[in-house]
Amino acid sequence: MTSPTLEVTALCKSFGSVRANHDVTFSVDAGELLCLFGENGAGKSTLSACLTGLYRPDSGEIALEGTPLRLSSAADAIRHGIGLVHQHFVLVPDFTVLENIVVGSETGLFVDFASAEARLRQICESYGIDIDPNARVEDLSVGEQQWAELLKALYFDAKLLILDEPTATLDVEGSKKLFRIIDKLKADGVAIILITHFLEEVMQADRVAVLRQGAVVGIKKTAETSPEELTRMMVGRDLKRQTRQSTPMGTARLALESVTVEGLGERPDLDDISFCVHEGEIFGIAGVAGNGQRPLMEVIAGVRKPKSGIISLDDTVISSKGVHAIKSMGLGHIPEDRFAEGLVRDFSIEENLILGEHRGTFAKGGLLDFRKMAQNAKRLIAEFSIAAPSGETLVGNLSGGNAQRVILAREMQLASKVLLANQPTRGLDVGVIDYIHQCLFNKKAEGVAVVIASSELEDLIALCDRIGVLFQGRLMGIVDARKTNLEEIGLLMAGHALETAV
Amino acid sequence: MSELLSPEILMSIMVAAMGGATVILFAALGELVTERAGIWNMGVEGTMLVGCLVAYLVMAGTGSPILASIAAIGAGMVAGLIIGFMTVTLRVDHFVTGLGFNLLASGLTLFWFRSYVGGGKPPSYSTIDTVPIPGLADIPILGQILFNQHLLTYIALLSVPVIAVFLRRTTFGLETRAAGENPQFLEAKGLSVATRQYAALLFGSALTGLGGAFLMLAFADQFRPDISGGRGWLAIVAVIAGNWKPLRTMAAVLIFAILDSLAVHAQGVGVDVPYQFFLMLPYVASIGLLILIRSRSGQPAKLGVPYLRH
Ligand SMILES: Nc1ncnc2c1ncn2[C@@H]1O[C@H](COP(=O)(O)OP(=O)(O)OP(=O)(O)O)[C@@H](O)[C@H]1O
Ligand SMILES: [Mg+2]
Repeated sequence: MTSPTLEVTALCKSFGSVRANHDVTFSVDAGELLCLFGENGAGKSTLSACLTGLYRPDSGEIALEGTPLRLSSAADAIRHGIGLVHQHFVLVPDFTVLENIVVGSETGLFVDFASAEARLRQICESYGIDIDPNARVEDLSVGEQQWAELLKALYFDAKLLILDEPTATLDVEGSKKLFRIIDKLKADGVAIILITHFLEEVMQADRVAVLRQGAVVGIKKTAETSPEELTRMMVGRDLKRQTRQSTPMGTARLALESVTVEGLGERPDLDDISFCVHEGEIFGIAGVAGNGQRPLMEVIAGVRKPKSGIISLDDTVISSKGVHAIKSMGLGHIPEDRFAEGLVRDFSIEENLILGEHRGTFAKGGLLDFRKMAQNAKRLIAEFSIAAPSGETLVGNLSGGNAQRVILAREMQLASKVLLANQPTRGLDVGVIDYIHQCLFNKKAEGVAVVIASSELEDLIALCDRIGVLFQGRLMGIVDARKTNLEEIGLLMAGHALETAV
Repeated sequence: MSELLSPEILMSIMVAAMGGATVILFAALGELVTERAGIWNMGVEGTMLVGCLVAYLVMAGTGSPILASIAAIGAGMVAGLIIGFMTVTLRVDHFVTGLGFNLLASGLTLFWFRSYVGGGKPPSYSTIDTVPIPGLADIPILGQILFNQHLLTYIALLSVPVIAVFLRRTTFGLETRAAGENPQFLEAKGLSVATRQYAALLFGSALTGLGGAFLMLAFADQFRPDISGGRGWLAIVAVIAGNWKPLRTMAAVLIFAILDSLAVHAQGVGVDVPYQFFLMLPYVASIGLLILIRSRSGQPAKLGVPYLRH
């Protein structure tokens, strides 16, 4: 029998007192797809960093095709044919796709752009990836950047490919395409490790390794397990899907009247939007990505100004007010891109938790009140179970799910009247998603008007009272979440109008 | 003021401007490459000063401008190494490092010069000659301005396209830019960020040292304390005003040099405006350029951010 492509034995890696990987043992064969499944902070990204030379494990063995490896840098990993697609893009926005790809693989004095482009085009064609090699990365959509990131790894012939949550930023189509690519790679004998939080994707793997708090709690063949069993293994308990409580709805809290927001091109980003959200109501926003979800959240939060129309909160017009003024009226805003808009990577948890309020409650005569900041952080870390060694940990060192909890903790505090949440569960494990849903229900019970945009339609239907569907910046219709179904919303998302208004 | 506008004087202003531009251009191109690698080197002024002194000492000792230039390049590289050790290896703030280095260079060159002269008269030498390019130098007007210059002026001008091509087309140029835009990217590709940043600093500081040598050899017959007179700072401004692009940086350098040359000529011709006004012009222009050209699209994303390897 030939040895497996990758064999990991008793690998350990700690950061200070945090045991990110503990005694991890597993193997992947050539042509096999192994899924790593585990909670946010379970140590999946740390493990992939250890396998690609970015981190050095404290102890343990890594063997590639039977030969033990010592990886001391990414160069070693690349030389041995181990490729990694990072969870957060590692690209140069100012470079073209081609430039991003050729760095590191050219050896001559001049970059041979012509033959590199030919090779790249050929790879794109064989895997069915449609991307312009000469487009600048910063001009690409998030989905396209994901393909660029993947191409970086496909460009050198990898024996082992590690994909860290590539589908978090892809839509359903993109995810299908990724699996077609994976199938082709498998047929070519590449061993693949896929990290994902989506159970449907997990079930498409050959085997699943479940990680909990840094340790492997079990390895299963997908044919012999079920989504329920995997979830139980991961969180250590059964999860019951949160369902909507019928709290009585109060009066209108947030109202938009004919709001139009200009876009960059001809088409406005938002076109004549009117709706209102009541006290204790959860209002969902559905739509294909890029159809106005983000401008809608931003115009309500005051980040962008409407060209015409009025937005009011409890009968006070807010569309002319600034972001800070609106927020201090009791509005919380969980933005879409957590690191770009919600957090400062190089600030500690304590500091991130007071952003926006650093001039108010937490200031004392123009100076920050560190005592109060520390207390605030301590309380919120406990309340939102943020897994971190202390409040002084830099947010950039947190796992994706824990970083999201920091934003959540801060904005939930602020949201005494309105809570806006744009894709709040993207990239989070089912346990955290469950927790966030609970938080949303708590807000609902307090009488807060909640607006949530999500690409998870089933979640929206389960959570919301009503759902508005956006298409090309227009509100195609508002449906009652109790009476609607996926097909109806799907039609609206594709731009078909609704016959019966609710 | 009209005396300044006579054809002969204008011609002379332009010819001298090309020489003055050479000094700043070497430093600016060096700084441009350094900044593209992510290091915001504020030690240009000090590096140039060290280059000046070393070139002076070697020239006074051997009388060979070639040896003097080579020694100044070497001195520049030593300066680059020191700044690199501080910013890349120790990850000290780039600004603090640069400012500290300038103070050190200013004090050290003065001390060194004084102890070399030791109370006597400082030795002097005759400045180097221009090298007209046969044929081209006879073209009216342009020939005088562009093709009847010093060897180092030609080299400086040729460096502009060479560096542009280096950054765009060569493997190492691409990697250098990646170090300034996203060092993690480079690390993930298995390439060392530190190597590229050191290389950029060594190269950039070598050019700055050479600029200092040219200032010494072409314009002064002996060293004076702080002879660089702010040209290193103008080089930094030129890079910003040039939006980190070689050709535009050269354009900014030329503006400074022409104004500087104008100031010198105004003193010579004796116009009835206080000459301090003219002396001020390059520096006013530098501020003006920064206000006018606000585009920073070319600024490397991680410029001046010390990089911590995992
Ligand atoms: N550089 C670091 N310094 C300190 N702690 C770290 C560092 N990187 C990761 N950790 C910690 O190690 C643990 C594992 O993190 P890791 O990023 O591997 O989780 P993950 O499984 O990838 O989670 P997610 O699904 O949210 O991406 C977390 O508790 C995290 O806070
Ligand atoms: Mg991760």
